[in-house]
Formats: sequence, C-alpha cells, structure tokens
Amino acid sequence: MKANVHFREVLNNGTGYYGLLALLGAIVLIGLGAAYFMEHNGHFVTGMNNEIVWGMPHVFAVFLIVAASGALNVASIGSVFGKSQYKPLAPLSGLLAIALLAGGLAVLVLDLGHPDRLIVAMTYYNFKSIFAWNVMLYTGFMAVVVVYLWMMMERKMNKYTKPAGFFAFIWRLALTTGTGSIFGFIVAREAYDAAIMAPMFVIMSFSFGLAAYILVLMASFKWTERELGDKILYRLKNLLGIFVGAVLYFVLAYHLTNLYAAEHHSVERFILLDGGIYTKLFWIGQILIGGLIPLAMLYHPTLGKSRAVIGWACALVILGGMAQMYVIIIGGQAFPLVLFPGMEVSSSFADGIVASYTPKLPEYLLGIGGVAIALLLVTIAVKVLRFLPESLADAIVDPHTASDAKGTAKKAA
Amino acid sequence: MAVMYNYVRSLILLAGMALLGLPLVAQSETPLPVIPEASSRFSAEQACVEPTEEMRKNHMNYILHQRDETMHKGIRTRQHSLEECINCHVPVEDKDGQPMRITNKDHFCSSCHTYAAVKVDCFQCHADRPVKTTAFHPLTSQASEKTAFHHSDAGETVSADTLEVLAEEGKLQ
Amino acid sequence: MTHKSEINSSRRQFLNGSAIAAGLAIAPGVMLHQVAQAKPADQAVTSDKRWGMLIDTNKCSKGCDACVRGCQTENGWGENETKSGPNQVAQWIRKVELRDTSTGFTKSLPLMCQHCEHPPCVDVCPTGASFKRADGIVLVDKHICIGCRYCMMACPYKARSFIHEDLQDQLPVAPRGKGTVESCTLCVHRVDKDGENAIPACAEACNAEGHEAFVFGDLKNPNSRISQELAKHGGTQIRADLGLNVGIRYRGI
Repeated sequence: MKANVHFREVLNNGTGYYGLLALLGAIVLIGLGAAYFMEHNGHFVTGMNNEIVWGMPHVFAVFLIVAASGALNVASIGSVFGKSQYKPLAPLSGLLAIALLAGGLAVLVLDLGHPDRLIVAMTYYNFKSIFAWNVMLYTGFMAVVVVYLWMMMERKMNKYTKPAGFFAFIWRLALTTGTGSIFGFIVAREAYDAAIMAPMFVIMSFSFGLAAYILVLMASFKWTERELGDKILYRLKNLLGIFVGAVLYFVLAYHLTNLYAAEHHSVERFILLDGGIYTKLFWIGQILIGGLIPLAMLYHPTLGKSRAVIGWACALVILGGMAQMYVIIIGGQAFPLVLFPGMEVSSSFADGIVASYTPKLPEYLLGIGGVAIALLLVTIAVKVLRFLPESLADAIVDPHTASDAKGTAKKAA
Repeated sequence: MAVMYNYVRSLILLAGMALLGLPLVAQSETPLPVIPEASSRFSAEQACVEPTEEMRKNHMNYILHQRDETMHKGIRTRQHSLEECINCHVPVEDKDGQPMRITNKDHFCSSCHTYAAVKVDCFQCHADRPVKTTAFHPLTSQASEKTAFHHSDAGETVSADTLEVLAEEGKLQ
Repeated sequence: MTHKSEINSSRRQFLNGSAIAAGLAIAPGVMLHQVAQAKPADQAVTSDKRWGMLIDTNKCSKGCDACVRGCQTENGWGENETKSGPNQVAQWIRKVELRDTSTGFTKSLPLMCQHCEHPPCVDVCPTGASFKRADGIVLVDKHICIGCRYCMMACPYKARSFIHEDLQDQLPVAPRGKGTVESCTLCVHRVDKDGENAIPACAEACNAEGHEAFVFGDLKNPNSRISQELAKHGGTQIRADLGLNVGIRYRGI
C-alpha cells in the first residue's frame, strides 16, 4: 500500500521567512539597478568589449538556464521513469526549473544592448538562428512546465501527469541541446564548433540542476522544520555523484578529441597549460572544486553521509559549474581567432593576442541578481502554493523497505 | 512580421493612450505645442512632402516605410528621408547659435512628442540636427569641403519609369 | 484610394525637380557615364550584381593606415567614442601585420567585413537585423538589432563592433547608436549612388596615397575590372576553409 504524501504551503510567518524575502528582494533590486546603470550609460561601464562580447552576465545567465532544465530532472525521474520515490519531489523540481530559467533569462535580457526592444525579438524571427529557436524553447519550456505542474498538483488532472512529464522531459532535452548549440554552431572559434557541446550541456544541466535542487530542498526542509529522510537524500546525492562523473567524462572526451587534431593544439595549450586565469579556472575550479572534490565527498563512506558534507558538495558542484561556464564562454572568446594559420599577426585591434577581460561590479551584481530572482520566486511560490511535501521521512518515501514503520508514517502524515 | 510588429505596437500605444492620454484630455489646460516653422517649402502649393494634415497624422508611417526601403533595398529617394526632415525642420538655432537637440523641448520633433507623450526612438542612431558633412566625391565635384550644413542635393538620378511618367506629362523635353 | 493618388501627384511634383536636375547633370557629358551605370534612386538593388573588393597586399605598405582613416572620416566612427575603452571603440576596418614564423616573410593588409555569400552573422541573428542585401552587401539593420552580440561571436573575422556609449551628431550616411552592432558597409551609400563607379572611402584614401591597392566592383560582371583581375591573377579568401565565399579577396598572401 502506498503511503500518502501530503503537500503543504510554507506556514512560517516569522522574521526568518520575511527576512529571507527581504534579503532576496534587496539583492534583486541591486541587480536591477546594475542593469539600469549599464543600459543608461552603455556597455562601456562593463568590462565587456568588442573582443569579449559576452561576459560575466552571460556566465550567470547560461549557468542558470542550464541548471533550470536540469532541475526538472527530479520530476522526470518520477513521472517518466516511474520511480515512485521521486514523485513527492516533483512539484519543487518543476518550480525550481521555472524559477532558475526566469532568473537566467532576466539576466540575458537585461544585458542586451536594447532590452527595450524585447518586442522586436518576439515579432521579428530569423528561423535559421539557433538564438531564435531558443527564444521559443525557453518560453515554451515555461509553459510546458506550468502545464506539467498543473497536472501534478490538480488531483483531477493527475492521470495526465505521465504524458505531460514525458513531453516536458523531451522539451528540456531540446532546450539544453539548443543552449549547447549556441556554442556548438559557432564555426569561427577554435574552442567551439563541436557537436559534443550539445550533449555536454545536457549532462552539465543534469549535474548543476540536481546540485541546485538538493540545496534548495535541504534548505527549505530545514527552515520549515520538515523531516527529510536519509533514504531520499542519499539517493539524490548518489545520483549527483554519477552526473558529476559524467560531466568529467564529457570534458575528457572533448579535450582528447581536440588534442588529437593538430589544428586544435594551440587552443588546447591555451586552456590546459598556459592560459593564465582560464587554465587555473579549468584545473582548480572546474576539475578539482567542481569535479574531483565533490565526487570524493559524495562517495566517501562516512563523510558522504553527513548533511553538511552533502550540502557543501552541492555548493562546490555549483561553483565548479560557474568556473566551467567561465572557461567555455570567456576562455573561448579570449583565445585569438586564427585568420592566418602559420603566421604571427598583430594589429591595432589585438589580433593574435589573448583578449583581456576584467568583469566590472555591475556585471557581477546583475548576475547575482538573476540568482536572487530565481530564489525569490521559489520562496514566494512555496508559501502561496503546496509545492513542498509535509515530510519526506524514510517511511513515507519508501514504505516497502520501511513496512514496520507504516503506522508511524501514517501518524506523521 | 513588420505588420505584426506594428499591430502589437499600436495595441500597446492604444493601451498607453487610454491610460495616459485620457487624463490629459480631461485636463484640457495643457498648452498646445508650439511647432517651429520649417526652413523651406516643398512646393508652391504644398508646405511639406505630403499635405500637412497627413504628415501630422501619419509621418511615422512614411518614415518607417522609407526606413525599410532604404535599409534593405537601397532605395534612396529623398522625399520621405529622415535626413531631409531634420535638415528642413531642425535648423532653428537655440541660445548658443547651434541647431537644437532633441533634448530641447522646443526641438521640432520633441515639441509634439512631449505633448503626446510618445517616445521617439530615432535619435539614438540618427543625428537630431543637421550635420556638417565633409563631402569628397571625385565624380560629382572636385574634392570639395562642404562646410555648410548639409541640405538635400537635387542631383539624384531617377529611373526610366519615372522619366517616362514625366515625359508623358510633357514636363521633360 | 484617394490617399495614394495624393502621394503620387506630390511624388511627381517632387520628381520634376529631380529630373530637371538630372537632365542638367547629363548635359556636360562627363556625367553621362555615371548616369548610365548607377542604379536609379527609386529602384531596389538586385542580385544581378554582387559587389566585392580585391586588395593587392603587394601594394599595401606597412605602417600606412590611410584606408582606416578614410573610413573613419567617411562613416564617423572612432573619434566621438570618448568614454569607450581601447577595445570597446568601433573597428570597422583595421590594419593587420603578418609575419610567417618559418620564413620571416612579412605582409600588411587591411581587414574588414568580408561580405560573405554565406555570412555566419546573418545565420545566427535572432531578429534578422544582420542581413545580406540582394547585391551581396552584408549590413546590420540597427532598427531591429537588439544588441545580443551573437553575430560578433559568430564572425570569423572579428569585423563587427558593438557601440558601448551614447553618440551624437552621427553622419547621415552612417547612422549608428548605443546598444547596436555595426560593421563595414562597403560604403553602401556610395554604391547606391554610383554603382560600378563607386569607390569606397578606404579605396579612395588608398588611391590618394598613391598605393591603389583596392579594386572595387561587380563580381558577377565578367567585364568589370575586379573580375578581370581575379581571372588573370587570382585572389585568396581569408579562411577559405569555412566555405563562406567572401566578397573581399586578397592578392599576395
């Protein structure tokens, strides 16, 4: 017999909840202020230039968008792959997916040269542009996940959860493929122009999205004094470990392929050996902090069972993910374009030399503002609607293995 | 797509007018804009490139049409060109003896646009006043510096179709 | 529609003046050649032509940047961007110095938008602001450019610039403003006016220096000077491996 999982909105009314709301709200306002500052003055107030055309805001935006599609995975595992233990986790998964996407898109749009022309972006389409496809994939994703959430949360619609979940799963794969292809389709630059970009972004989304999900889940359960059982948490953290490993595997495959081709030697040398900040971010940020250390933490026989360690491992995966985005987006642009193979080039416009980029404060503030938008949306939504289960105690999540605890589970529910 | 864009935009404008315009009408004390006079006439019969009433109502459509024609098809007739609007309508000088900028509320465009509360999006890219040009064109003139404010040069060539029309009317011998 | 006939009658009135002026221009005889070649102002460009340039790097001298300055003067970029940093200022055209690492052979050449037949910037632009005209000139329609800079990511030649600050008193031939992307227009205003006889500002400035490294013309017309020179001596495309079939060809590299 299946134990009933009850969902309940956040009932906290204390300074804790409103304090969090105020803090996130303030960060959002600062981010919007930074965006206004950039738009009012023009992009000369940022570190971006005609060589590094996409900067820190794009690192945040692409990370958030990639994490958004990954956050939906938890729900997909439940309704598409039929793992019933994941079903109570699904509403929060859908909510986080929408929120992260909204945060990422806000950053992307506010960094445009003309955010005031958003209506142009929606009325003039170049159907050959992967960017235009993405505009549709992103807005469509929001709509699809809203419908999916409705099927999940409205009892009368529950029977449609599986097809809606399946559709959302396909859509999210398309979305991340589209995001990866933004880079994969760029023939001009050495570091991009690779088909592996799209699947690599899909795997990255699994990892970043799940890390963000676990953090939000742990925090919301702790702050609302709900029980989060070890069983479900260990399940999630083991899954995260697999995803982190998979990201490392894709990074390895990408660089090995490039290292085999002589024409890519110089760009590989740049990222892996002598690219300064990009090399450091690659090895220390992406591989060590974002890959090997969290892997060790998550799979350590004793430490891996500590909630603090799991939480920190998720945070490191996110940090490492940001480093990876920085290496891909900024590093890929910093490496000089090869226009004349075999020639040494120089010009008044930094041909042949590594482009320099120092992000300025408004760029950071805008990016962090995007993160705050996502978290603010989640914080508000869990209060007004029933996204969070009342309890995820072991007995409720997996009644079969805890059949002797059935009685207590019912009481708890 | 452009049609759709216009449609959406007019919907928004309508909504905006409903929100912003009504109180203005209701107040009726708002002084009418003082529109600066143009520096020349289009013809003896007609002040502007189209009848004045038509221009007041629909100038944006002419400008928008011309914009796409010029940008995408290279059609560079001068009758509805924004450059000529500026050359003819903005030479009014302000205190420093300089032609006015769009930020000046007596500027030809802003005089009305401020009144109607409609944002002008032209002058981020286009000059808001006649611009001094240095013309160097070996085929049409000696290498010469036109230091005066640039005004329309009539030396534009026209198509055979147009010449035919003119010939029919007996205007061209 | 009465509205339309009103337009037509006034259009005729206007054209009267123009036609008389055109007639006067024909009179001296010298101008006849130009009138015969140039596209009439009221006709759209067609794909019968494809404009391009051939740049002979053997005639291009190191340290000379006349073409760059000529372009700046003609199109008004670079000078009035006072707040932008060194790599934020527009670069429609730049001089690049090359040195073959194995032989020590050096070369100097101007680099700008290559006006590709298959431009990556046009493919990636979400709104269609980056577009190729029927006659092969690649332009940015700044009216619908949202400033996403994806075209700059996609351009193999680093030929595009983003405007990082407010501008004033732009030249009528090259409207440009904050938050949009721009690049070499092949002096499209001159091309529209003079057709085959047009000389882009860079080429004009190069000629004035006596180098005459540029040949502008119609790549589709086998009798044009550019086609004949290409047929005789050939020309190189920068990054021909990308298969973009560029409109700017080089000799001597």
